[in-house]
Amino acid sequence: MNNRKLLLENVHIPGIDTFDVYRKNGGYRSVEKALKSMTPDEVVEEVKKSGLRGRGGAGFPTGMKWSFLAKPEGVPRHLVCNADESEPGTFKDRYLMEKNPHLLIEGMITSSFALGANLSFIYIRGEFMYVLHILEKAITEAYANGFLGKNILGSGFDLDLRVAPGGGAYICGEETALLESLEGKRGNPRMKPPFPAVKGLWGCPTVVNNVESIAAVVPIVNEGGDAYAQIGVGRSTGTKLISASGNLVRPGVYEIEMGVSVEEFIYGDDYCRGIANGKKLKACIPGGSSVPILPHYLVTKTAAGEDRLMTYESLSDGGFATGSMLGSGGFIVFDEDQCIVRNTWNFARFYAHESCGQCSPCREGTGWMEKVLNRLEHGQGNMRDIDLLEEINKKIEGNTICPLGDAAAWPVAAAIRHFRDEFEWHVNEREQSQKRNYGLTTQPSVAV
Amino acid sequence: MKVNNHLSHIDNEPVEFSSETMSKMNELIASYPEGKHKSALIRILHLVQTERGWVSTPSMNKVAEILNIQPIEVYEVATFYTMFHLEPVGKYVFEVCHTGPCMLVGSDNIIEYIENKLNIKKGETTKDGLFTLKTAECLGGCGYGPLLQCKYKFHEHLTKERVDELIEEYRSGKYDQN
Repeated sequence: MNNRKLLLENVHIPGIDTFDVYRKNGGYRSVEKALKSMTPDEVVEEVKKSGLRGRGGAGFPTGMKWSFLAKPEGVPRHLVCNADESEPGTFKDRYLMEKNPHLLIEGMITSSFALGANLSFIYIRGEFMYVLHILEKAITEAYANGFLGKNILGSGFDLDLRVAPGGGAYICGEETALLESLEGKRGNPRMKPPFPAVKGLWGCPTVVNNVESIAAVVPIVNEGGDAYAQIGVGRSTGTKLISASGNLVRPGVYEIEMGVSVEEFIYGDDYCRGIANGKKLKACIPGGSSVPILPHYLVTKTAAGEDRLMTYESLSDGGFATGSMLGSGGFIVFDEDQCIVRNTWNFARFYAHESCGQCSPCREGTGWMEKVLNRLEHGQGNMRDIDLLEEINKKIEGNTICPLGDAAAWPVAAAIRHFRDEFEWHVNEREQSQKRNYGLTTQPSVAV
Repeated sequence: MKVNNHLSHIDNEPVEFSSETMSKMNELIASYPEGKHKSALIRILHLVQTERGWVSTPSMNKVAEILNIQPIEVYEVATFYTMFHLEPVGKYVFEVCHTGPCMLVGSDNIIEYIENKLNIKKGETTKDGLFTLKTAECLGGCGYGPLLQCKYKFHEHLTKERVDELIEEYRSGKYDQN
């Protein structure tokens, strides 16, 4: 497959992180085009036409999100970039910002123009402090060259852009928690409605978009929404950054055209080049730790036997019974030596650690799941524990203010759904389970 | 008012930040619209920790004074975000990522190796006060694991040999300038 790159095309050019080199390679054209020859609504229209869907994980159409922004007279509006990349398995935004910071700055300017925002923010996780400094250097250069500040390119449009760090909290990737954090508070998600589009940062209408979504606005404005929509398959348009991790020959960040097959992505020479150390594939979490895990026999083919593709639709084919989600593109691969119980416990510990504590079902439930999975993993569980996990799941799912509760419940439910044998083995063969791993799971003979 | 009462013996002195830190704080505060200066709080806490190694109650009280907010508004934020050390730590804090993708490529072995090498357990500090070992949830470098972070710097693709080197590099002050 001919693989076009829109976001990472220029990352290997020396000095691309400086204004001059970026500009010489066609940088900031989208700002010129938008500010000089388009109205804000025309920019929104191009983004709608592109079919771009939010790249942070939810996959909500970006253009539609923009069109929800309230525009009351005399009230400032804000664009906030979500660079709080914290979903385990996801490290694409860090790569993009580190290698090509001006692309994000350019996207922020063009998008802020479209939304009528005059003060915009990039909220970045505190651990990426070095990336924050890279972005601030790029912002300083953009100010010096007249692309930020007052009356940009003589268009009458003013924009100030700031970067603000978090302090280590997964929950701040949830947009309302992010806004709380940006206001200098604890990252407790807000009740919705009102949505940020009506009441966001400091009570003003606000759009929150992922780094990759905002960067994608640049090629969309440059080439037009229709051209962008021609890349990809169906409602999965354009390119997507995939962060590949786990037991792969060549993990890393890849920009793919939507529609590459999962088989090619895992084994192809242009991508991950197969499972490390000559081992076999055991399982895959294709969209970050919150999405359902797939056993090896459902990774490259759907339950119906069709090739599985790297698209929103194909990865979720079969629903939660036999499918998963594209999510954030955090593609985690497990070889045959990995223990699913241990991994499920590990992620449960993550969610218990990261629950903000605001809603009881999540605060208590994630802690219980962690304890029960810890017992199972260490050979001290019993059969009732497996059912108990499913019970806890049902009590968390849908009963919390934000999706962290669901994100904690789904992976556990999926692991039990596909790997129940392995959980039961940890109960029935306690001693063995402490000495060795279960190995590959076999495909159920009955159609799943 | 004390966040950590058991630290009161070392945690009751009034604090003055360096003039460099103060000017950075003031610059940050000025970058926000009138009346929205509380937004600078998290970044100010990072500045405090960079200057003093950890965030003490008197430091938080001083921050409250600078931002003209109640001390509780600082405590509730400092205790929420896991990057802030609310107790004294070693000069170098190794935070090793131990979440799923890093575990798949051997972070457990790296943690155990560092524990043995420095003769401390997770959460402890070496007797000479140089190193503290902590674990961290996903640091966002999943494809480059195992990895650790120390003073905002990432060290990736860790092996036992690389850990040996790193410890020597930190001992010799290699990373002290940035």
